Parts: sequence; structure tokens; C-alpha cells
Amino acid sequence: MLKYLAARLLTFVPTFVGVTLISFAFIRVLPGDPIIVMAGERGLTEERYAELSAQFGFDRPIHIQFWEYFTGVLQGDLGQSFVTKRPVWDEFFTLFPATLELSICAMIFAVVLGLPAGVIAAVNRGKFFDRALMSTALVGYSMPIFWWALLLIIVFSGNLQWTPVSGRIDLLYYFPNASGFMLYDALASGQSGAFKSAVRHLLLPTIVLGTIPLAVIARQTRSAMLEVLGEDYIRTARAKGLPPFRINGIHALRNALIPVITVIGLSVGTLLAGAILTETIFSWPGIGKWMVDSIFRRDYPVVQGGLLLIAVMVMVVNLTVDVLYGVINPKIRKR
Amino acid sequence: MTQAATNAPERPGRLSEFWFYFRENRGAVIGLYVFIAFAIFAAFGPILAPYDPTEQFRQNTLQPPVWQEGGSWAFVLGTDPLGRDMLSRLIEGARYSFFVGIVVVTIAASGGILVGLISGFAPRWLDAIIMRIMDIILAFPSLLLALVLVAILGPSLTNAMIAIAIVLQPHYVRLTRASVLSERQKDYVTAAKVVGAGRLRLMFITVLPNCLAPIIVQGALSFSTAILDAAALGFLGMGAQPPTPEWGTMLAEAREFILRAWWVVTFPGLAILVTVLAINLMGDGLRDALDPKLKRS
Repeated sequence: MLKYLAARLLTFVPTFVGVTLISFAFIRVLPGDPIIVMAGERGLTEERYAELSAQFGFDRPIHIQFWEYFTGVLQGDLGQSFVTKRPVWDEFFTLFPATLELSICAMIFAVVLGLPAGVIAAVNRGKFFDRALMSTALVGYSMPIFWWALLLIIVFSGNLQWTPVSGRIDLLYYFPNASGFMLYDALASGQSGAFKSAVRHLLLPTIVLGTIPLAVIARQTRSAMLEVLGEDYIRTARAKGLPPFRINGIHALRNALIPVITVIGLSVGTLLAGAILTETIFSWPGIGKWMVDSIFRRDYPVVQGGLLLIAVMVMVVNLTVDVLYGVINPKIRKR
Repeated sequence: MTQAATNAPERPGRLSEFWFYFRENRGAVIGLYVFIAFAIFAAFGPILAPYDPTEQFRQNTLQPPVWQEGGSWAFVLGTDPLGRDMLSRLIEGARYSFFVGIVVVTIAASGGILVGLISGFAPRWLDAIIMRIMDIILAFPSLLLALVLVAILGPSLTNAMIAIAIVLQPHYVRLTRASVLSERQKDYVTAAKVVGAGRLRLMFITVLPNCLAPIIVQGALSFSTAILDAAALGFLGMGAQPPTPEWGTMLAEAREFILRAWWVVTFPGLAILVTVLAINLMGDGLRDALDPKLKRS
């Protein structure tokens, strides 16, 4: 086990260096001189340009710049935003709770609906329920979520006036952003209606972001269940006369869960990619919208740092899933 | 002996065998028909479209579709805020999406297969380096990486296609490498080696054809991913630029009218959904028909 863990960790290191290198290289090849961009419309004198260039280290050889960036990254220094002048690291972690809150809600939505849907489909294999559920899942899987978001806005915000179109909470409410999780902060503030407002803001983005994971989980659960339902121990359980709910819900689902959990873990990347679109449409102040805005504002340090932090996050989650998978399933470790 | 051989039923050809299994999946066949219709629209768009997709009818801006009050047969699916015919734009959009799919899959698959083959046959150190590079690309969420790549290259449909192809490539590399590694241990490869087949012959003629099944399925799936991602980039303003009637770009242009004119938002998205759904249905059918494990003989 230790050897497996060590081997997995060892592949993590070169990937991390590579990811840093790529994020670093991107900013150097982006069109436009970052200093000119920073100066904006006013322009710069030659001396000021040289001064700034020295200040940001752009005048030094590229490998030295990379080395400094890399050692900075290891100490949590990702540079500072051109626009807000705040450290990228701080900006990221101020906005991250919003994305995390949305992602967690989306995942809960996906799991709560996806698992039962997959189980029901598998148990009714080939029958009406199976077909209906799996067709719906395939539609969800093929959904352009930015369009899905617009449709939901037309129906629920436009026609029915049930949900707001953007933001995390109504402007009426003001309270300190203690944890960064709006649902929790709204509850803790004790203002009446604040929590309800936060929930209503969260509703549509959650559905939009959770749609594709929901479809993936439903499909994966079904196929894992079908595999397990063909096993001998299920036949034994049936022969013993156990009630169907016990067989499907406990004996089968438990064993089918391993691949499903893997899929859930590995969809972190999907969630973050989806967050880019979802947050942009609903003006959700999280890291997805932050990245898109920074790209349009040519705020290079932010693009660079955000890209790196997101990639590292995906890598850490994938590594954890891999290791956990090795713990649950000894067969994997031997490879 | 010869008598028995001639009497034995003829083994069906590969294509008819494939069609036999593919046909069993009704969804896949429907998907295929929709895809054929999509291809026809893409190929003959200018002939089929009633108007030029960029022609502006200033008196008829935001006209609803024909079945709604105020609609007319002149503009069956209505017009957009600039008075352009929705139907013509959607048909023209099919060309772009089809083109995106073909180009992206061709670049990603040919590059990915080549690198995967090399990786599968290469010495361990080279294999390790290639796989780490693929890990690095896969560590970034695909849409984010494509977005940043397009920001670097400059927003346009061509650059969006290049970016998406780069992002999709690692999947082909991994898939090809995995099949190559499992095929390489089989007896027929050893036999070819013993007979004296060179390395290139082993790679491309002996092993590659036997690795193609999963790659074809991946090809179908990444065709739909390419269309979705290109539309998403267009929607974010980083793909095709207006007035190009690319479906994602059309959606982005229509966003501010969503509460006033549902049709300018609904139809382009519906076109994306139906196309992607059809391709995914086909992909599922392909997988079932090509995966020998699932074949019921």
C-alpha cells in the first residue's frame, strides 16, 4: 500500500511542475505587453516602462523568472492582480467559497436524483421506466448548459417570477461575509428572509450546474448496478428469498457504489468547467466568473494564478480519488 | 472437406455484421437519421436556406415564428433583433458546427493516435514523459484551458477549433496507448515480429487496426464535445465572432432579448441539443456494436 501511495505521489510532482510551467508560459505568450496593458490609455514614458519592467522582473532571463515564480508559488505567492492590486491568492480564496457552495449544492442535487434514477432504471432493465429515465439522462448529458440556464431563466424568472436572475442574495440584506458560504451566513445573521433569499438565488444555478453530473451519475449507477445484479451473490440473495428492496438497495447498490463514487470524484473538473458558464450567466461571484472576467480584462497574473490553483485542485482531488480507490479495491494497487 | 467448407454459411462481411448490431439499437438508428439530416443541411445550406443568413430585413425585426400571432410564412422561425431570418441562420449554423466537429476530431484523433502509438511502443522513459504531459493537459478543466488558449491565439472560430483539438487530444493518446499495450502481448504480434516485420509495420499495419474500435467510439463522442465546446466558447465571446451565425454566438447575441423574444434564444440552443443528442445516441450504438464483449452471438 505504501509503495502504491509513494508511486502515485511521485507522479504528482512532475505534473505539478508541468502545470506551473504551463500557467507561467501562457502569460508570456499572451498577446500584448502586460506593462503596456497595465498602463492603460495614458501610455508610459521609456523610463517608467523600464522601471516597471524591473519591478515585475520582466527584464530578467526567462528561466530565472520561472524559478522565481515557482519558488513564489510554493510559498503561496502568486503575484497580484493588475486591476485590483490585491494578491491573487487572497482574491481566489475570497471568491472560492461561492463556487464551492454552488458546486456542493449541484453535487447533492445530482447524487440525490441520480442514484435512485440509476437504480430504478437498472432494476427495470429494458422496460418503460428504464427507457424513459435513460433517454432523459442522455438528453441531460447532451445539454448545452448555457442554453439550459437561459431556458430556466425564461420560465422561472421571466414567466413565473419565482427566482431572481443573478447574484447570491437580494441587496436588501447586508451582513458580514463570515464564512463565505451564503446559506450559512444568511442563517447566522438572523435576518428574517435572508436565508430564503439565498436559497432562491441558489436554485437555478444549482440545477444548471448539476444537470450534467446528474446524467453521468444516473448512467454510471445503472451500468454498475447491471453488472452487480448479474453476480452470483445476488442470485444467492434472491434464492434465500430476501425482499427485492433489500437485494437491490443493500446488496447490490453497495457494491455498485465503488465506480459511482469514482465518477463523482472525477467530476470535479466538469463542475469547475461548468462553473465558468453557470457563474457567467447568473453573475455568481465565484472563481469561474472571476477567470472569465480576468481573461477579458487581460489581468494576466490572475489568469495565471487562477489556472494554476484550479489545476492543482483538480489534481489533488483526482489523486485522493485514486488513492481511496486503491484502499477500497486492492486489485488496483498491484498494477 | 472442401465440400463442408463450401456448405458452411458465409461469414458476413465486417460492415454488414456491424450494421446488424447497430440496427438493434433503435436510438442509435434515430440518431443516425438526424445526423444525416444535419449533414445534408451542412452540405447544401446555401441552397436550402430561404435567405442570406446576414441579410437584414429592417421592417421585420424580432418577428415571432409563424404559428404565433404576428408571425408570417415569410419568416417561418421568426427573425432576430436585426431582422435576419432565424431559419436561414440556423441552417448556416449547421455548416459551422459540422465543420467544427470534423476538423476538431480529425486533428485530435490523428495527433492523439500517433502519439499514443509512439507511447505504446516507446521505451519506458519516453512513454513516461508523454504520459506526464498528457496528465498535465488533463489537469486543467477542458473548457477553461480552451478559453485561455483562445485568449492567447485571439478569439476566432479557427482558434477555438485548434484549442478544442488540443484539449481533446490526450483522451485519444491514453486510449490508443492502453489498447496498444494490451494488443502488443498477443500472439499475432509476436508472430509478426518473428516473421521480421519492422517497427513501423508493427505499429501501423499489425497493431493499429485492432485498436480502432474504442477510438471510433471516442471519435463520435468527441464530435459532440467539440460542437458543445465551440458553442460554449462562442457564447462566451471567444469563439466565432458576430455576425457569423454559429449557434453559440447566436445565443450570446440573443441573451438580452430572452424575456421579450423567446424564439431567438430557444432555436439555436435546440439545434445544438438535437445535434449533440443525435451524435451521442449514435456513439452509444457504435459502442454496443463494436464492443465484442457485449455482442450476443
